[in-house]
Amino acid sequence: MFVELIEYIGGLVEDVLEGIGRVIVLFYSVMKGIFKPPLEIRNTVRQMLEIGVNSLPVVLITAVFTGMVLALQSYTGFKRFGAEGLVGSVVALSMTRELGPVLAALIVTGRAGASMAAELGTMRVTEQIDALETMATNPVKYLVIPRFLSGMTMLPALTIVTDIVGISGGYFVTVVLLGASSKTYMRTTWDFLEVADIYNGLIKACFFGAAFSLISCYKGFYTRGGAEGVGRATTGAVVYSSMTILISDYFLSAWLFK
Amino acid sequence: MIELIDIHKSFQGNYVLRGVDLEIKKGESLVVIGGSGSGKSVLLKHIIGLLRPDKGTVMIDSTDISTLNEDGLSEMRKKFGMLFQSAALFDSMRVWENVGFGLKRHTRMPDPDIKDIAVQKLRMVGLVDVQDLMPSELSGGMRKRVGLARAIAMEPEVLLYDEPTTGLDPIMADAINDLIIKMRETLNVTSVAITHDMKSAFKIADTIAMLYNGKIIAKGSSEEIEHSSDPYVRQFVEGSATGPIVLEGVTR
Repeated sequence: MFVELIEYIGGLVEDVLEGIGRVIVLFYSVMKGIFKPPLEIRNTVRQMLEIGVNSLPVVLITAVFTGMVLALQSYTGFKRFGAEGLVGSVVALSMTRELGPVLAALIVTGRAGASMAAELGTMRVTEQIDALETMATNPVKYLVIPRFLSGMTMLPALTIVTDIVGISGGYFVTVVLLGASSKTYMRTTWDFLEVADIYNGLIKACFFGAAFSLISCYKGFYTRGGAEGVGRATTGAVVYSSMTILISDYFLSAWLFK
Repeated sequence: MIELIDIHKSFQGNYVLRGVDLEIKKGESLVVIGGSGSGKSVLLKHIIGLLRPDKGTVMIDSTDISTLNEDGLSEMRKKFGMLFQSAALFDSMRVWENVGFGLKRHTRMPDPDIKDIAVQKLRMVGLVDVQDLMPSELSGGMRKRVGLARAIAMEPEVLLYDEPTTGLDPIMADAINDLIIKMRETLNVTSVAITHDMKSAFKIADTIAMLYNGKIIAKGSSEEIEHSSDPYVRQFVEGSATGPIVLEGVTR
């Protein structure tokens, strides 16, 4: 029993380390091909639309309700010690520094990351990726780089939207529903918010975008074993991307927001 | 034209190729026969550089392809067209975009011209009015034909066929055989096919090689193979379950 447990953990560690190594190798080929013509502009734009525009509704809903519940909870909680005037800054700082980038990243991973892994995985098991190669087309350049670039650029864009919508949601609950002063909310929002909060949040989003797209593409690109393999790749893409986002979030925050 | 020298390949400790030597001359039509899981597909993928051998050399026009960089390999691949077992059509693109994919990528030709060429190649494989369909709207036989049209679109010197008749009804299979012969006659290409369909092999090949246990155990003209006295070849050609070839995991 004990030996089996150790073996299981050992196998898991081995898989994770192998995965990290191969993601780094894929990242290297992405970097090698990224500025080499032909630039896959059409494919990149299509992916940007897919990730950015199509994720917008679900990101909007998540952002507005997160801002709302954040305001509601901090208003009722802070009221106990008479600090309800600070709700604006709580919402603004939480959204820009933390929740905006992380929530947008997790939602886009669930939507776009899963679909990247499933699409590339299906292309792998039906030999479409091999077919690309036989037609003298580098599949990393044709498939992975456009997704990587879109992830890296569209996630910060969605984060900006999340920040604005979240803060607006907070405003709506605090001022309209709970009847607090609009002036106080606006003042505490702006007084304690620094530009660095916003752009450091966007740096995090950029990193998360690169991470989830690379991991999801990796999972899809190296799929094996038919339909079941595609299912495994999709699950793996979401699980490992989410883990990477949440773990790296701590270290990025510790580094960026000293 | 193509030379495989002592190719070894294993996947996670499972030896698939154990020293394959094979030469394919210009204009030849070679068929490699062998059982399921004998490594025929692996062999074919080595020719076009989709897989790299653990040991051994693949020579294309006297160039060792392991010495080529990525651009060199891309150039080399333009000499080839490949028909995949399940056609491997890009299911996000229309039929004509599939056929014209190589032209779109490697020439500056405008789209209407590419479409014209695609329509013409589709006609060569016996398909009309399918250019605007999506691959999911096609039957298995039609998909193979589109795959073949795509393989010939860039006018390759060599055509590779991965189990061209597998999964088709006998009439459709024979029609594909006829197409393979037609391609060879009209386009003057070298062709390499792998199959376990003996009827197809005898019809399209001038040379047949048999792959067994990771090696080429017999090679000769169609007639030589048909009348071979080698017990392994005999068993395979006759399609008999009893003989020296051991079926993996099956006891009798």
